[in-house]
Amino acid sequence: MIPEIGEFALIIAFFLSVVLALVPMYGASTANDMWMSYAKPLAMGQFLFVIISFVCLGYAFSQDDFSVVYVAQHSNSQMPIQFKLSAIWGGHEGSLLLWALILTGWTFAVSRFSKALPLDMLARVLSVMGIVATGFISFLLITSSPFARYLPRFPADGADLNPLLQDFGLIVHPPMLYMGYVGFSVAFAFAIAALLSGRMDAAWARWARPWTNIAWAFLGMGITLGSWWAYYELGWGGWWFWDPVENASLMPWLVGTALVHSLAATEKRGVFKSWTLLLAIFAFSLSLLGTFLVRSGVLTSVHAFASDPERGFFILMLLAVTMGGSLTLYALKAPNVKSESSFSWLSREVLLLVNNVFLTVMAITVLLGTLYPLLIDALGQGKISVGPPYFNAVFVPIMCTMALAMGVSIAVRWRETTLQSVLNKLWKPAVLSILIGLGFPFIYGNGFDARVFLGISVGLWIISTVGTEFIGKFRNTQSITNRLRQLPLSYYGMMVAHVGVAVTAIGITLVTSYSEERDMSMHKGDTVEIAGYQFTFQGTHVVKGANYMADQATIEVVEDGQPVATLRPEKRRYNVKNAMMTEADIDASLFRDLYVALGEPLEQGAWAVRMHYKPYVRWLWLGGILMALGGLLTVADKRYRQSSPNQEATHA
Amino acid sequence: MTPKRKKRLTIILALVFGTALIVGLVMYALTENINLFYSTSQIAKGEAPVGARIRAGGMVVDDSVKRIPDSLKVQFAITDFEHQVVVEFTGILPDLFREGQGIIAQGKMDAQGVFQADEVLAKHDENYMPPEIAESMKKKQEAMQ
Repeated sequence: MIPEIGEFALIIAFFLSVVLALVPMYGASTANDMWMSYAKPLAMGQFLFVIISFVCLGYAFSQDDFSVVYVAQHSNSQMPIQFKLSAIWGGHEGSLLLWALILTGWTFAVSRFSKALPLDMLARVLSVMGIVATGFISFLLITSSPFARYLPRFPADGADLNPLLQDFGLIVHPPMLYMGYVGFSVAFAFAIAALLSGRMDAAWARWARPWTNIAWAFLGMGITLGSWWAYYELGWGGWWFWDPVENASLMPWLVGTALVHSLAATEKRGVFKSWTLLLAIFAFSLSLLGTFLVRSGVLTSVHAFASDPERGFFILMLLAVTMGGSLTLYALKAPNVKSESSFSWLSREVLLLVNNVFLTVMAITVLLGTLYPLLIDALGQGKISVGPPYFNAVFVPIMCTMALAMGVSIAVRWRETTLQSVLNKLWKPAVLSILIGLGFPFIYGNGFDARVFLGISVGLWIISTVGTEFIGKFRNTQSITNRLRQLPLSYYGMMVAHVGVAVTAIGITLVTSYSEERDMSMHKGDTVEIAGYQFTFQGTHVVKGANYMADQATIEVVEDGQPVATLRPEKRRYNVKNAMMTEADIDASLFRDLYVALGEPLEQGAWAVRMHYKPYVRWLWLGGILMALGGLLTVADKRYRQSSPNQEATHA
Repeated sequence: MTPKRKKRLTIILALVFGTALIVGLVMYALTENINLFYSTSQIAKGEAPVGARIRAGGMVVDDSVKRIPDSLKVQFAITDFEHQVVVEFTGILPDLFREGQGIIAQGKMDAQGVFQADEVLAKHDENYMPPEIAESMKKKQEAMQ
């Protein structure tokens, strides 16, 4: 009964989204206030019914209702409750339902937190989101309902969730990532509404900016969490694989980063308007493309579990309609959009443009590398794959050049700056970062290393330019605390995010250059030394988990005679699927990780053991967290809270 | 030319030059780093180049997995049910590696006709067959009919 209620609620949500897509939009084009005012209640109703549907599915999971096909395929009565609930998005149907839930949630949030928005703008924005919701909910209902039943005969127990997914990572990574993916639909809806209404001014950018930043921050967090999850759960210590699905999340993030910057220029200076619109369209289109790549199974990837051509086709159609429609609209309307101000060659505007060009180019090269195998296959030229060397070869030079521009952009003002003042500000950070970059490989490593020099210099360049600029703000003030308070939060956000980039760059550099890894066949009592740490294998014993049995090894780690850690990696066998799983154990700290994983049992009680020494690996994710935090700080800036109509009225 | 047109021309030239540079870089990186996929039949017929980095895929042949004692060296054969190829690998095999499972190996053919793998991939779903293998087996079935 409960699953049927879920299905029924989803159908009601579908009809509400159809009405939301049509009525307020029509109202906006005919200036009919009553029709436009339907947008808010419709957005709320749509969200409510998707929540009901989602809760019903969650209930089916918690009650082990294996008559529901989706539950039977992705759960098992032995599974701990937190994994039963996160198994809701452990497969295709449920993750689409999560998509719909988050989409309608964003729609509801826009309808609530948009008092500053004129009614027709709000109506158009919500309608566009309604169109997207219509597409996705119909996709759910037609091709992939999570509520289908096995009747009359259903399995006694579920087939269990893939052991890889029975992990904390599944609880947090997909919702974060989807918050980001789907969040770009808000920026998209704002762009379409601006094109439809022809109103594309600084006020528009001020409305769209906080939503875009929040979505961007979530996407960044989602990617960071995914990388961390891969590191400890499936990656054997790797943290980025240039897997098509990783690329699918990276592309919207890159374009989203460009969008965040271009929106800043549009808001502050009224420039790059049509470019900003285009980026907003592309950020969301790439999110859809990502969904298509993951869900259709066209690419060989760890994420592509089972493929279904029909579903892939549906999303491809959705993508074609979204992109085709929005780009046509763009082509018709964008020429009317005019810049409001001019700027010279050396100005923050130009550097933001440079940043945008670099980010877009990066997104395109990733897209090319991801889709090239598909293209070659479609042309009948054979099966190929594009490996990490391609991405590294293209990504690293572009990223380094962009980091240089980042440092300059901080020292440059809006509109115009003299070359002399820029040089005055920048020569000290430049000398400092080059010197430390040169010295670092000698002190930390065993001699010069061009990669380390480049990475450290680039990271320090960003940090030192941000630092110099920040200190410069206090030159002519008496009270430091007052000045600290005067600086806008968005300024702090920018600094935190940029330092985040530097931290990630330093982390990547050091972990790729100074990691040590050893695969060994170890008997009880064997000792291996890696980077000054002695790893001693103390044998294994059997432990029993909720739904698995495991061989747990004990490995003592000693440095200079001092015990550092006792690591207990496991080799698990999950009862239901009889699937093997490696559970690594990590001694983590800010400056290094010690990582141990069990391979397979060999003859005479020996085990294959993998041991890693990973310096600065945490900095990768720390940088990701800082970037996301920077994005959120910007949103908290008071200028996004000031402009409700009432307040404006009192000002006037 | 007016200053405005001059500025536009500079922008356009910079864009064209930049695009050309990046396209060049991308094309170079692509041609250097593409891994072609070969089925075991293609390898057995000698179509795969020796010494070049390629991908090979197939089902792991039953009872073919041999470990070399006191090392992590392992040898096994893969097949597309027509021709077999022997693969050698040193390291830890993925959790889902087992006999009868479809795998993809990356590495090089050596002069003795043995595939020296530096990476072995098995997929995380036991019903999952890498599309490359599925297709090369489908082709073979069609050829038989």
